[in-house]
Amino acid sequence: MIQIESVTKRYPDGTTAVDNLSLDIPDGSITVLVGPSGCGKTTTLRMVNRMVEPTSGRILLDGSDITEQPVNALRRSMGYVIQNAGLFQHRTIVDNIATVPRMLGWDRRKARERARELMGRVGLDESLARRYPYQLSGGQQQRVGVARALAADPPVLLMDEPFSAVDPIVRKSLQAELLRIQQELGKTIVFVTHDIDEAIKIGDMIAVMRTGGRLAQFAPPDELLSSPADAFVEDFLGTDRGIRRLSFFTSDGLQLTAEPVVAVDADAEQVARATAAGSPYLLLTDAEGKPLGWVAPQDAAGGADKVAVGRLLPYGRPFAAGRESLRDALDCAVLSPTGWAVAVDGEGKVAGVVSQETIGAAIRSAHAEHRDGGGAGRASITKAGAAT
Amino acid sequence: MSGPGFFDIPSDLQNSYFGLVGLHIEEALIPVAIGLAVALPLGQLCVRFSWLYPPVLWITTVLYAIPSLAFFIFLIDYTGATRTTVVIPLTVYSLVLLVPAIVDGVRSVPQETMSAATAMGFGPVQRYLKVQLPIAVPAIIAGLRVAVASSISLVSVGALIGNQGALGNLLQDAILYHRSELALNSVVTTAALAVLLDIALVLLRMALTPWMPRGDRAARRAARTAAVEPAARPTLEDTAA
Repeated sequence: MIQIESVTKRYPDGTTAVDNLSLDIPDGSITVLVGPSGCGKTTTLRMVNRMVEPTSGRILLDGSDITEQPVNALRRSMGYVIQNAGLFQHRTIVDNIATVPRMLGWDRRKARERARELMGRVGLDESLARRYPYQLSGGQQQRVGVARALAADPPVLLMDEPFSAVDPIVRKSLQAELLRIQQELGKTIVFVTHDIDEAIKIGDMIAVMRTGGRLAQFAPPDELLSSPADAFVEDFLGTDRGIRRLSFFTSDGLQLTAEPVVAVDADAEQVARATAAGSPYLLLTDAEGKPLGWVAPQDAAGGADKVAVGRLLPYGRPFAAGRESLRDALDCAVLSPTGWAVAVDGEGKVAGVVSQETIGAAIRSAHAEHRDGGGAGRASITKAGAAT
Repeated sequence: MSGPGFFDIPSDLQNSYFGLVGLHIEEALIPVAIGLAVALPLGQLCVRFSWLYPPVLWITTVLYAIPSLAFFIFLIDYTGATRTTVVIPLTVYSLVLLVPAIVDGVRSVPQETMSAATAMGFGPVQRYLKVQLPIAVPAIIAGLRVAVASSISLVSVGALIGNQGALGNLLQDAILYHRSELALNSVVTTAALAVLLDIALVLLRMALTPWMPRGDRAARRAARTAAVEPAARPTLEDTAA
């Protein structure tokens, strides 16, 4: 655990970068420092590996003051990832990654072996090992940066706006990759960003900081979205925090109905029974149970196989029942021309359909349950939406 | 009638043609080598303490403005008509060219590369030797090319203080013995030396910096490979796309 205790950083010119900050950063999870520029988030990160020394206060790592060990030993025990990767342009990819193991005295062959193993872990092809940084794209360079930070298997990873300089699509995949790697490795990660969406997506805990280096709120993302501490945090979160918060509610408990679902070989009698259930549209599936499209009951009255292809309405994007969040389910329902969302199982077969009204009811009861459950409600919260 | 040939060196120089060439290279390169040995730490000091750079630049530039002849006349009282008298001014001139090259080269290392090195636990010395200096190599060699060329041409001025001008002494003998071909020999050989040493430095740079994009075609190819690479491996960027 990293404990930041009443830390202040004041520069000789009188500016205060960090003001009496106290923060307990839990082990094995991602803690995000987020805030507008000039809020001291990068300074805070740099104080953890002593690239900046605090004016007052102290920082403990597993209970002991970080100033007790030699500074370079401390730094080698913490991986560091930086914007634009900061690769050594004069070294090959494999030697970039092997830097810290080499400094720790590993022999060259073992260090390179480890580097190649890490290339696989961060999704880089081994054929890039002998290349130089200029031969890689920005996203690939950033992956090398992550691999280099992980090379000596440090328990702590410090990441300073690591994905800010790459385009949105690459950023999304790097975020997903980081979450995947974190699931395997369980590092203690301190992550700095100015992007609140990135913070919510990857953070287990989020520290919102405000200009002048003061902590505005320290909370898990769903709590941040549901109960911002003050107007500053609320404003920083943006306008659609209610919708975004739905990412943290699983679609597990959603009442799916299979009544309006008919297979393509259903006869007139089966169609009539489905119609009697009262839904305005029927969902047609193929022989394997995969969705084909919505159809009005009168168009299918003569049997599902008589439906003209032109009469089918697109079913939009289905959501994975249980695995994706209520936000995904609601999104599917909003996008669907019938107002109903299609839920599929792991194999893409229809698990049922659900209306906007039912989703709305589920949201209300999830909110209620969360309020009553308090902290315990966190157990039911998933990051389902984050990994997609 | 057949007089002495193009390569027949008058005996007062006490040297063969190739002896003069060797002497010329020696007298040109020793000052550059000493200049580099002094400029490296001096340049690093200027990077470390940036207030030092303007006065260093100012002093070396003023020294550069002193004509070599004035230098020789001043030094001859102390070091006599020896090689040292030639080497000292040429060393100063090399210094003037090399210090800015080294400072600019070391300063060209991106800030994030320096931060990354610090964060990975490099001490200041290791960081200088393993990160800053290798990345500054292209700039340093660019400075060396100018210093070597200027040194090669300035050695000839050593002829003015006696037998210290190597190929430059051929110019004096050309006048003395009315042999214009000796002047031509001096000029052509000096130019050839400058070109050959320059080529050697370019080759050295290419050997030391395999990490630099090689010319336009190579850079384009590299950019293309980098762009194509993610598609070649579907688990990369496009999974999210």
